[in-house]
Amino acid sequence: MAYKIVASQCTQCGACEFECPNGAISMKGEGYVIDAAACTECEGHFDAAQCDAVCPMPGTCVKV
Amino acid sequence: MTQMPRIPMQAPAAVAASAKVTPLPPAAERPRRVPHNKRREADAPGVWERIKDHPCYSEEAHHYFARMHVAVAPGCNIQCNYCNRKYDCSNESRPGVVSNRLTPEGAVEKVRDVAARMPQLSVVGVAGPGDGLFQADRTLRTFELLRREMPDLTLCLSTNGLALPDHIDALKALDIGHVTITINYLDPEIGAEIHPWVFHNHRRWRGVEAARILHERQMEGLERATAAGVLVKVNSVLIPGINDDHMAEVNRAVRARGAFLHNVMPLISDPAHGTVFGLDGRRGPTPAELHVVRESLSNDARLMKHCRQCRADAVGMLGEDQCQTVHAGGGCGSAKDDPDAASEAREAWRAVVADSRAAQQTDAERADALVRAVAPAGDDRLVAVCTRGGGRVNLHFGKATEFHVYAVGADGIRFAGIRRADNYCLGGYGESERLDTILSVLEDVSAMVCVKVGAGPRRRLEAAGIACHEDTRLETIETTLADWYAAAVPGSGAARAEAGPA
Ligand code: SF4
Ligand code: SF4
Ligand code: SF4
Repeated sequence: MAYKIVASQCTQCGACEFECPNGAISMKGEGYVIDAAACTECEGHFDAAQCDAVCPMPGTCVKV
Repeated sequence: MTQMPRIPMQAPAAVAASAKVTPLPPAAERPRRVPHNKRREADAPGVWERIKDHPCYSEEAHHYFARMHVAVAPGCNIQCNYCNRKYDCSNESRPGVVSNRLTPEGAVEKVRDVAARMPQLSVVGVAGPGDGLFQADRTLRTFELLRREMPDLTLCLSTNGLALPDHIDALKALDIGHVTITINYLDPEIGAEIHPWVFHNHRRWRGVEAARILHERQMEGLERATAAGVLVKVNSVLIPGINDDHMAEVNRAVRARGAFLHNVMPLISDPAHGTVFGLDGRRGPTPAELHVVRESLSNDARLMKHCRQCRADAVGMLGEDQCQTVHAGGGCGSAKDDPDAASEAREAWRAVVADSRAAQQTDAERADALVRAVAPAGDDRLVAVCTRGGGRVNLHFGKATEFHVYAVGADGIRFAGIRRADNYCLGGYGESERLDTILSVLEDVSAMVCVKVGAGPRRRLEAAGIACHEDTRLETIETTLADWYAAAVPGSGAARAEAGPA
């Protein structure tokens, strides 16, 4: 299980990349993407998925 | 961190004075309502050294010096109902909006280009498009590089305050002496209507709880920054129906904690911006409403009234925006490859300004005294001035996109604010719509002073009760205002002869 970014809604603010405890988020080409293999849904780090908690756009960092 | 001298172009004594932080006396001991042209004496000399070239901190400086914002801070840790970070319109001019985002190294490159052809440049700031302290390492790295390369530039920072308490020491170490905090409320119930959530301690807080956290962090940041000798400017967005009745309390609280300037600025709201307030149909205050609130707070001199709510990538003098013409690597001057030449040009410009300021100060004081002497008791009227800078009446009405408004009357001549007529997307509008906008932003103004005004606009202004005064001498604003006043105000002409030159 992992999170993903809905590219059409992303503002490219980079807040999620900065907060991710696993370094799973990076800029690829035009937008930010989550590396599903590296994403742990923040388990063991925090109670809430950091990317979803910091993202200014509702419904943009979502569980797949 | 090596300590860099802040203003190396000055005489050693001045540098020493500016490096030493002079604490401000408590609010009660500060002079009441000092006219802006007397402000210089009212400030402790050390403080004057620190603000005299900063176009946002000194009303006078904004006539002479330019600033640029570098957009190295895209991410944000809170949400504001007046902000939509997805929106990015090249005609737009408001906080939080920016077209291209920079790395710290890219930012330094851009500053180098601008500095090479703009000797007026005195300040480089980080003002978003997100929060300058959310990803603080990007902002601090930018400052560190700039300090090293162009130590005579003043560096400043804007933040919502949430992360400020964590970075006071780092800012201190880089000698960042100017910080702006946006504080819109004290009462968390009110705050919750403005900021729906904050991201703090690895989780999202909502509603009143979020607003309480933000408030506590803002107050702590403000207190600690002022205690560290930083000149803190507080920005408050005036939102009719939400925090307008609350603004006096905010003003008192930030003053009590040592804020140096309070800038009450209007909400900019339009459904097309896609912000929560815009979509809800919440309107911003009219210029006249803003003026009333500002006047009610003007119990001392430290209210900023010349803010233009610049973009996070703004470049140039306040009120003009050259960001579209500036591209990294696109400098045209030969000074580009010669930072020494650029810094010498800045030094030369400062010397020119020092001379012209001294002369204008004398003019302004004379004009102020003249108006006081001739004004009937209680007279107070607003006058809109067309200027392109330099503290002079030097612009045609038709070229003005903003007006410098002065209150003239028994209290002398006081700067009362900037009224912009270009704040909203005006692309495609005709001349007549432009005049409609101008008439609405000048609704409480009784006269307009410019170099020249066309017959058509003059008719419409006069029909709206705004007298038009042309003056082609390119004189100091205060001198022109005093001449206009002496001629226009009934009874003052005779008194003028008795008062003589002040
Ligand atoms: S859920 Fe957590 S681990 Fe996964 S991408 Fe988001 S921040 Fe990174
Ligand atoms: S926080 Fe949201 S909007 Fe910002 S880059 Fe990440 S996904 Fe995009
Ligand atoms: S603090 Fe600034 S960037 Fe962040 S949401 Fe508010 S207005 Fe937008």
